[in-house]
Amino acid sequence: MAEIQNKEVTKEQSMIIQKEMVSGLFKDLATAKDTGKKVVYTFIPGNLSELIRAFDMLPVYPEINALQSGMRKKSSGYIKEAEKYGHSEDVCTYVKCDIGMMLNGNIGPTGEKLPNPDLLLLSYTGCFTFMKWFENLGRLYPGVPVAMIHTPYQENGRITAEMTEYMVKQLKEEVIPKMEKISGKKLDEEKLKEILRNSAKAEDLIVKIFDSTKHRPSPIDAYFAGVYYIGPINIGFRGAPEAVKYYEALYKEIQIRIENGQGPITPEGEMKEEKFRLVVEGPPNWTSFREFWKLFYDKGAVIVASSYTKVGGVYDLGFRHNPDNPLESLSEYCMTCYTNLNLPQRIALLEKCIRDYAADGYLTNSIKSCNSFSAGQLMMMRDLEERLEIPVGFIESDLVDPRYFSYSNIKNRLESFFQMLEQRLLINESVLN
Amino acid sequence: MTKFYLGIDLGSTTSKAVIINDEDEIIGRGITNTRANYKVAAEIAKMEALYDARFTLLTKKLEDEIGARVEFKRYINDIRAVFQYLEFRQRADRLTDELVKTAGNLRSQHRDRVVEVVRNIMDTIIPDIRREFIDNNLGETNQFFRDIISGHYNEQVARVDKELFELLMLTFDKSITPVENELISFDFKKLVHESMRILEDKYKGLAGKSATGERIDFDVELNLLKGNYQDVEDTLRQHINSIADEDIRIANMVGTGYGRALLPFPEDCIKSEILCHAFGAHAVFPNTRTVLDIGGQDTKAIQVDSHGLVTSFHMNDRCAAGCGRYLGYIAAEFNISLNELGPKALESEREINICSTCTVFAGAEVRELLNIGEKQSDILAGLHKAIVMRAVSLLARSGGVRNEFTFTGGVARNQAVLKYVKEMVADSYGEEIKMNIHTDSIFMGALGGALFARRNIDIDLPEKKKKVTRVTNEV
Repeated sequence: MAEIQNKEVTKEQSMIIQKEMVSGLFKDLATAKDTGKKVVYTFIPGNLSELIRAFDMLPVYPEINALQSGMRKKSSGYIKEAEKYGHSEDVCTYVKCDIGMMLNGNIGPTGEKLPNPDLLLLSYTGCFTFMKWFENLGRLYPGVPVAMIHTPYQENGRITAEMTEYMVKQLKEEVIPKMEKISGKKLDEEKLKEILRNSAKAEDLIVKIFDSTKHRPSPIDAYFAGVYYIGPINIGFRGAPEAVKYYEALYKEIQIRIENGQGPITPEGEMKEEKFRLVVEGPPNWTSFREFWKLFYDKGAVIVASSYTKVGGVYDLGFRHNPDNPLESLSEYCMTCYTNLNLPQRIALLEKCIRDYAADGYLTNSIKSCNSFSAGQLMMMRDLEERLEIPVGFIESDLVDPRYFSYSNIKNRLESFFQMLEQRLLINESVLN
Repeated sequence: MTKFYLGIDLGSTTSKAVIINDEDEIIGRGITNTRANYKVAAEIAKMEALYDARFTLLTKKLEDEIGARVEFKRYINDIRAVFQYLEFRQRADRLTDELVKTAGNLRSQHRDRVVEVVRNIMDTIIPDIRREFIDNNLGETNQFFRDIISGHYNEQVARVDKELFELLMLTFDKSITPVENELISFDFKKLVHESMRILEDKYKGLAGKSATGERIDFDVELNLLKGNYQDVEDTLRQHINSIADEDIRIANMVGTGYGRALLPFPEDCIKSEILCHAFGAHAVFPNTRTVLDIGGQDTKAIQVDSHGLVTSFHMNDRCAAGCGRYLGYIAAEFNISLNELGPKALESEREINICSTCTVFAGAEVRELLNIGEKQSDILAGLHKAIVMRAVSLLARSGGVRNEFTFTGGVARNQAVLKYVKEMVADSYGEEIKMNIHTDSIFMGALGGALFARRNIDIDLPEKKKKVTRVTNEV
């Protein structure tokens, strides 16, 4: 993921560590068949990366590959390939991009071939499409076992003992036995506990990092840069000592930025003037990621919190992986992922972000092909608008299908949104003076 | 000296300009079709607004006299119409030259005949159009050069040898665009004096006509002019001269609309059309809380607060099926003018359900419905309903309709659209919702721009500050 940080920007320590982690992982994946390492395909929401790591297996995240393909301008071809294969125009474009990539030889983001899966670990967390996705992968890789863990939705906004019990049972009876069979190892509980300890450390740090946006100017952008910061956790390094090292380095760098009163780093260098502070709901567009980001930093808009960086886990409400209750905490982790929260919970979380980070505006990026995010987005926006009297904006794009990114439409709406915020700020100023 | 402020709204279909004075009163409006060339469109709209402003100032100046002598008002209206004709005439003469030039370059055995025919056509239609302007105030129908000319041209082409049809159409298509995109500058004073001469002839002619007992006899204002136009002319000449000499200085301007980024304005003079439409609508109807603007290719649902500031907005994405262009497309399908659409739809007794998701598909649907014998008016009613349904759905997504509700944009002039908007808003949000529509609906964006231009910075109104402080304290 580090590769798209701009060359003009001097590489910070954290970026170097991140780059090493990423290239190391893809090298391991490319040589997995030779080294005999087993490969697990799984999803970011509700990812059981600690378990995978405990068995010394390697994770592959199709969403990550899809978004990388989007950034490297390959998704359009992959999507067409998947449509030729029979997938409709309305299917999630992560799915189509992923399937198209596999049909095209499964060359990963680093240009190295990705190994075939030894296990399809279907963590069904908040997104119905996941099930269909792995059904398709099941067909593409006949004979590869599927282990499914079903995460019960937090419909009533709380986790009951029964829900946890239900998940632990699945881990014990479905997921762990299959992992043991494929890896040929018994689960090493001590090893898992050590990994979970590291996870908790990384989570502590990531919370502090994302909390730094309460400073003015905010030292980081919690959406466009946030997806890089959350990267190591989301590609399977949660629980790895390297991740702890990475987040320590990153946290230190951010501390320095705060001391120096510096704004966030953008692909064109440091953002000079912070004019608007935003909370953003919904995934970013990946095919025009740079142009999309530029529309914000050019106008001095910094994102102080985003829901998308919470899809792989919500840590700012206190949840930590817990070595004392490994399976229970893995279960709880899955159930607290953003897309598994009910709408009132999501609203409450966003409200907390808006208040804690003193946001001037709330923006929804509605994704054409993402049902799990789009459902309820408007209702959430209205609710926040009424509750907080915060100016709100709504734009539409897509994950990795470039056909649904209309630069001029988005620019036009964002310009209006920023001018709207500007008016509001002027009014507020005149009230204060 | 009085200061004036200009707002320009470069829409996808039409470009509008509004000039206001220090008291936020509209004194000039200009509108033209947005051509491929935004800069020319903006310049023409601005020029029109400036001429309009001079006539408005003249009317204002003569307010007392007009009150006492109705024929003054008639005279000023007439002079405007003739003035518009003279503007039209200069461009039409340019078009004649261009047509002859284009025809002369045709690689066809019929070249010489085409040259002759286009000359004849122009010689025939220009006097016809002249009459329409001078006797029937064609200018008031808001038709643009291209529409007026092409309507008459096509009529004539239909009458000549079929063999020449393709060549004549080709010649026209090749010639109209460069002429339309040409900036022709007019000398206001010269044109206005020429207008007075033409009027003199018109009124002189009346004396003869009245003897034949034409209906002109029943027009009181004209009858008054018939008798004393010389006197009126003498009285007004001085005023007209002083207005023509007046220096209308634009102190500041703001551009908005689709093509705003192309305007040669500094960055702080470019504003989003969302803010401008809302501000314009709010200025005209201060209790407005929801604004619906249906433009050429976008529909905007805007929520505003008590100061006219936007709190949220929603725009159509991906498809223009709920917009003005849909109507334009449909008008072309039926081969009728845009202005006829609404009245025809209102004749319907039973509107037909038409799928509203795609403009192009609607075309196919229309042909199918015509094939099975459905009435034109019923189909048109269904089409109008379909676009309003989309707009109302957008309104719902933007947070619904709050009292009061103001409808703006070019489409607001269409009576059938109005009927369905009223019905559906009342249906979804209750009969008590107050709905505002203004004859200046299409100018709201430009008006908002001009209002922002006067304020220079966005909302720096002392009285607004006070209001806000008060409201906030209450909270």
